[in-house]
Amino acid sequence: MPKKILHIVDSAYRATIEEQDDTVIWFAHAMKGAGADVSVLLRGNAVNYALEGQDASGLSFGAKKQTQPPALDADLAKLAAKGVEVLYVAEDAKERGLDPGAFVAGPKGISRKELAPLLGRHDLVFTW
Amino acid sequence: MAKQHLAFLLMDGPYEQARTTTGFRLIDLALKRGHDVTVFCYEGAVSLAFAKQTPHANAVHGRDAVQEDHPNPKDWVTAFFARAQEKGSKLTWINCGLCVDERGAGECVPNVVRGSPADFWKAAEAANNTLVIPTR
Repeated sequence: MPKKILHIVDSAYRATIEEQDDTVIWFAHAMKGAGADVSVLLRGNAVNYALEGQDASGLSFGAKKQTQPPALDADLAKLAAKGVEVLYVAEDAKERGLDPGAFVAGPKGISRKELAPLLGRHDLVFTW
Repeated sequence: MAKQHLAFLLMDGPYEQARTTTGFRLIDLALKRGHDVTVFCYEGAVSLAFAKQTPHANAVHGRDAVQEDHPNPKDWVTAFFARAQEKGSKLTWINCGLCVDERGAGECVPNVVRGSPADFWKAAEAANNTLVIPTR
């Protein structure tokens, strides 16, 4: 049985314009595609990834346009649709004034009190 | 202690922070003690093994290139392979292939191979423990 792996995404919007995605969410997609048993926890500023309707389009430097901007909300929803457990720290969302009703389908809120048991359910925890 | 297999993921490019040095200390210590090590380099970390790194003189230090003996991380990567051979350990150094391509950093020191997150996953499955050292 594969190890249960939890990716904790803490650094938000790291290189997302250049990479056209979040490098950890992308990594989780790739690992899931290879057969890994992965979960994702968003905490801190990364909880904003769950907010539906983000639009990072419109960037251009000189004549070079960013034609494929990141769609972090959609990438997260797709990850959940693949069967990956996607969680966010509910208090971190609340502190930032984010309404979970405006989140994409899939991510589930978890309180800080529940984090220790969550970590305990995983064989490997990668904090990014 | 029986031989262990440790996996590391490095993410930072060289010459910008102290996390890589910390990771290198851990890798070196594991190899010194005869353990097997897999390193997966993600994003900027693929440049750690870039073969075209060049030492330079340092006028502020008042030293020419030879005197300065500037440490290029590619030489440390090479030294890790020598250490592994000396200790009978297995060192696997994998560069994320897409990260290499987007940086044009394909020319690496010997023994470094291309791979994907699937290779990191396999290493993490096989290893006794895994440490991710991300960019901050």
